Amino acid sequence: MIQLKVNGVDRSFGGNQNMPLLWYLRDVLGLTGTKFGCGVALCGACTVHRNGEAVRACVTPMSSVSGADITTIEAVGEKGLHPVQAAWIQHNVPQCGYCQSGQIMQAIALLRATPKPTDEEIDEGMAGNICRCGTYQRIRAAIKTAAKEPV
Amino acid sequence: MSAIYNLSRRGFLKGIVGSGAFVLGAHYVPRILWADETVLNRTEADLATLHPNVFVGIDSDGTVHIVAHRSEMGTVIRTSLPMVVADELDADWKRVKVEQAIGDSRYGDQNTDGSHSIRSFYDTMRVAGATARFMLIQAAAQQWGVSPADCKTDLHAVVHPASKRRLGYGELASAASKLPVPKKEDLQFKHKDAWRYIGKGMDSLDLTDLCTGKAVYGMDAKLDGMVYASIEHPPVFGGKVKSYDEKAPLQVAGVQKTVPIDPFKPPCAFQPLGGIAVIADNTWSAFQGRKKLNIAWENGPNETYNSAAYEKELHETARQPCKVIRSEGDVDSTFAKGEPVFEGDYYVPLLAHASMEPMVALAEFKDGKVRAWAPTQNPQAAQAIISQELGIPKENVICHVTLLGGGFGRKSKPDYVAEAAVLSKKLAKPVKVVWSREDDIKFDYYNAVAAMYLKASLDAKGKPTAWLQRSVFPPIPSIYDVNAVYGDPGHLAQGWTDMPYDIPNLRIENGPAKAHVRIGWLRSVANIYHAFAVQTFTDELAHRAGRDPAEYLLDVIGPPRTIDLKSTGYPNYGASFETYPWETGRLRRVTELVIEKSGWGKRKLGKGHGLGIAAHRSFLTYVAAVVEVEVTDDGDVKIPRVEMVVDAGLVVNPEITRAQFEGAAVFGTSVARSGEITAKDGAIVQSNFNDYPVARIDEAPYQTNVHIIDSDAPPAGVGEPGVPPFIPALCNAIFAATGKRIRQLPLTRTNLARAG
Repeated sequence: MIQLKVNGVDRSFGGNQNMPLLWYLRDVLGLTGTKFGCGVALCGACTVHRNGEAVRACVTPMSSVSGADITTIEAVGEKGLHPVQAAWIQHNVPQCGYCQSGQIMQAIALLRATPKPTDEEIDEGMAGNICRCGTYQRIRAAIKTAAKEPV
Repeated sequence: MSAIYNLSRRGFLKGIVGSGAFVLGAHYVPRILWADETVLNRTEADLATLHPNVFVGIDSDGTVHIVAHRSEMGTVIRTSLPMVVADELDADWKRVKVEQAIGDSRYGDQNTDGSHSIRSFYDTMRVAGATARFMLIQAAAQQWGVSPADCKTDLHAVVHPASKRRLGYGELASAASKLPVPKKEDLQFKHKDAWRYIGKGMDSLDLTDLCTGKAVYGMDAKLDGMVYASIEHPPVFGGKVKSYDEKAPLQVAGVQKTVPIDPFKPPCAFQPLGGIAVIADNTWSAFQGRKKLNIAWENGPNETYNSAAYEKELHETARQPCKVIRSEGDVDSTFAKGEPVFEGDYYVPLLAHASMEPMVALAEFKDGKVRAWAPTQNPQAAQAIISQELGIPKENVICHVTLLGGGFGRKSKPDYVAEAAVLSKKLAKPVKVVWSREDDIKFDYYNAVAAMYLKASLDAKGKPTAWLQRSVFPPIPSIYDVNAVYGDPGHLAQGWTDMPYDIPNLRIENGPAKAHVRIGWLRSVANIYHAFAVQTFTDELAHRAGRDPAEYLLDVIGPPRTIDLKSTGYPNYGASFETYPWETGRLRRVTELVIEKSGWGKRKLGKGHGLGIAAHRSFLTYVAAVVEVEVTDDGDVKIPRVEMVVDAGLVVNPEITRAQFEGAAVFGTSVARSGEITAKDGAIVQSNFNDYPVARIDEAPYQTNVHIIDSDAPPAGVGEPGVPPFIPALCNAIFAATGKRIRQLPLTRTNLARAG
């Protein structure tokens, strides 16, 4: 039995420990804000935080989250919009929006590690997250706006 | 115009089917279909106090319900069309509730494809809003005993300025509902100076949900008691299952059973491909179970399909005389005069859509009826194919449209929705079919692979005196007719039949090609390869003549004129030539403006930098692009800046439109950099974003500036038209930077490293 915390709630999981966290979140807990895009950590749509760090939930087996604190997009804006979300709205970032949960989770992690990122640091931090609609220049602008606020 | 009935009189309406209803746009005539009220879900608009047409309802508390009947995949259409209704209704947007329509022919066309939602429904939406506004004014005037002409509306209320009386829409809804619905001819539309929303724009009504994980896509749909299905499809198009291990997948925890799905009966159209479905408690178990199926396949005739050999065949066909689709002057005798001749062969491979949300659908078959939830661009096509597959009337299929995690044309083909319905019938429970990314890449309806051959004879200034162009590609109609090998007029029209240059001798041809995979439409479709060939060849001719490519482009476009294409059967994207003529003056204007905005010829560029230009009309919109590239010593292509000028006629939602063109530049970057699907022995080689890469943040254009021409011309498309000119502008920029000409895509086929 695996014990973990998801968005501040204690959970226990007794299923196959190889199951990726993504499918536990989506199919078992019904937290569908975290998206399935590629299944092999190539697109970043499934990005969540494990103990505050961005990980790809699609390749994170349940065995590796024992005792971990998992945060998903659903918890990020619980107490009012997170500055990154507010910046996303201000810059009208999303088109279809499917990748944006992952983009926002990645951007929050980036800004925690690098509060005032340069263009190169943004590219490096966000290059693992694909947006097929092509919202990248707005993502970059929104990250710069959010960087003006503590995250 | 036919009689118009007031839909709020439900008793009167019951049982009426056919030509009544709210008769609007020329070729989109909705019909009432309420013969069996248990079949169709009623909308909030249907149930509202005042309900003058299928798109609008007003409650007595003043809530305005507007039905969004087009699919939302990021173009913000489910905001922009209701916004037009709200403007003509003079409604307060804060009191508007938008609800998504199910698939239902009473709304007219719902296939959200071809960049025509605003074009085809702008008038319909204005009439829908103006009709309700007319009735509210009538009701208020009656109540006050004044002339309607002395009343007006003021944001959600009718006012009589002379007596300073005012009644809110909610207070008037009941009285208005008892009035006859006016005819379109009697309506008064707002003058554009009075528009509150049109042309000013509105954020997506889903914007906050999209940023907080609350938005519901097809991938997020669920029903109590549903099971998950993942399907192993035949790796070769048209293949069949010979044998498989029914039991082994059951060893995977969570797997419930395996279920065969019949292969399609040719032509495939939107039928399921067939294969073996693994049914499980969750998506992951279904994926795992598939690995143990151990299927032996009978591949069928397409197993001889190999992309390299096919590419050669296409080029050989393009070098032979083909079917003439447009001819002016005398090309052959001009070529024979002995002037210098220039020619080129161009190639664009198969392309996959790779929307971020793979194909997915949930369906429940129960009591002879189907309810489906799907991220579909085309819910009526989903109804049709489910009806056909299950042998039930179309009216017994309810298709709910979720948000789409991207579409780009793929989700106009509802094969995956039919799979869910077929499995639900077999299992007698709700089934959610989830495609993996690998399924998505390997079982797409690909944008056609195309070879093009161009030849021109040139005068002393390097201007063409005769021009021949041939294009060869497996056509989309091959999914409906296995013998179809020639392009249909609709796709030949896309940047080929309508080659706009001012050249006295011109011949345009199309050659045959047999399809060995499913061919479909992808964001701007045939315009992708046609614009690439024509705009690259143009740049080559300019350089050959030692002329500036931008000046040369304007010279070949020629003076402003209307191109007469009626004799060619040119379909003009389904629009009339009277309303949407092909005007070279508009193509010139966007080209001239992009030259100015980009600082063409005036800006000093850094080492390894170059500028490229291209202009193209598609989906009735004129676009010119200038791309700046930096090609590094090791051949990496960076795109620091893109300028695009757009003449799309009236633009309803400008900021959203700019975003569409920014996105088109990124989409075009993906096509150019790395877009290539290939087949080996009939099976698709690529599988995921490792071998079918799409542009990432560090590869996409750093800055795309979109300039929209202010225009009163009727609205045209904005979702697709940015893609076609971007790609050749990029490739022409690479030539300017490196001297290396790109005649085949993607760029990975050309070594751009400095020493290379």
